[in-house]
Amino acid sequence: MPMDWIYGLVGGVLIGCAGAFLLLGNGRVMGASGLVFGMFETIDRRIWIENLAFVSSLFIVPMLFVRPLNIGPTHASENVIVVAIAGLAVGFGTRLANGCTSGHGVCGISRFSLRGIAATMAYILAGAVSVVVFKHFLGAI
Amino acid sequence: MRILISLVSGALFGLGLIISGMTDTKKVQGWLDIFGEWDPTLAFVMGGAMLPMAIAWKATRVRTPLTADKFPATNTAGIDRDLIIGSVFFGIGWGLAGLCPGPAIASLSFGGSSGVVFASAMIIGMLSTRRLQTFFSKTENTTKTLT
Repeated sequence: MPMDWIYGLVGGVLIGCAGAFLLLGNGRVMGASGLVFGMFETIDRRIWIENLAFVSSLFIVPMLFVRPLNIGPTHASENVIVVAIAGLAVGFGTRLANGCTSGHGVCGISRFSLRGIAATMAYILAGAVSVVVFKHFLGAI
Repeated sequence: MRILISLVSGALFGLGLIISGMTDTKKVQGWLDIFGEWDPTLAFVMGGAMLPMAIAWKATRVRTPLTADKFPATNTAGIDRDLIIGSVFFGIGWGLAGLCPGPAIASLSFGGSSGVVFASAMIIGMLSTRRLQTFFSKTENTTKTLT
């Protein structure tokens, strides 16, 4: 287990560096939900290409490194309905709240943004309740 | 240059996500599962990410971005209803599947059909948000005029 924490810390620093790089380089906040959404609804063509570059890289680089780094499977639920409902909730929620774990969590908390901190508390609390209800009461996951 | 920066940032983000184990839904759900076998890994990931980000935010006070005139303006909306309701919806889905938008894209190539279904549903959810919002604000206005 402690080995997992070290990997977590190292990976976390890389994630932070990714955000720092995008912020200091392009002056943009690294929010995964916003960047993904921006591929579908961006009026400015220049920004659209940047979003596409970020998301493509986020897709391709793990594909290339998953074997060499011996990364395990995602262990995602095989239940299509559960996964689809979860996906819809995540998509809708992150757009309504204008951010997810990377935008509100990583980028928001590190600048002591009240919005980021409030959003993070809300989704962690809802996530914990969700796991308790779906796992321990309903046995859906 | 801006495209290159986006590519490098996406690559670092993707590597960080797979190395940290955040593409493993069991680790994420394990962190949220306070009544089960609690897994603290996510806290280490968040903590690790805070360090470079905090330094970067500090640097924004004394310099400008490499390829832009200014840094993004702070959202002055404060803590409003959409922020909290949206985050609650997001949290429910996050707990249910153990995936959030970043890891969903990072694991798309090796996450099998579940990963594809999740990412597709997530994008559908994102695209329908504005439509649902207009629908709800309309019904809200109608109820207001009725009462």
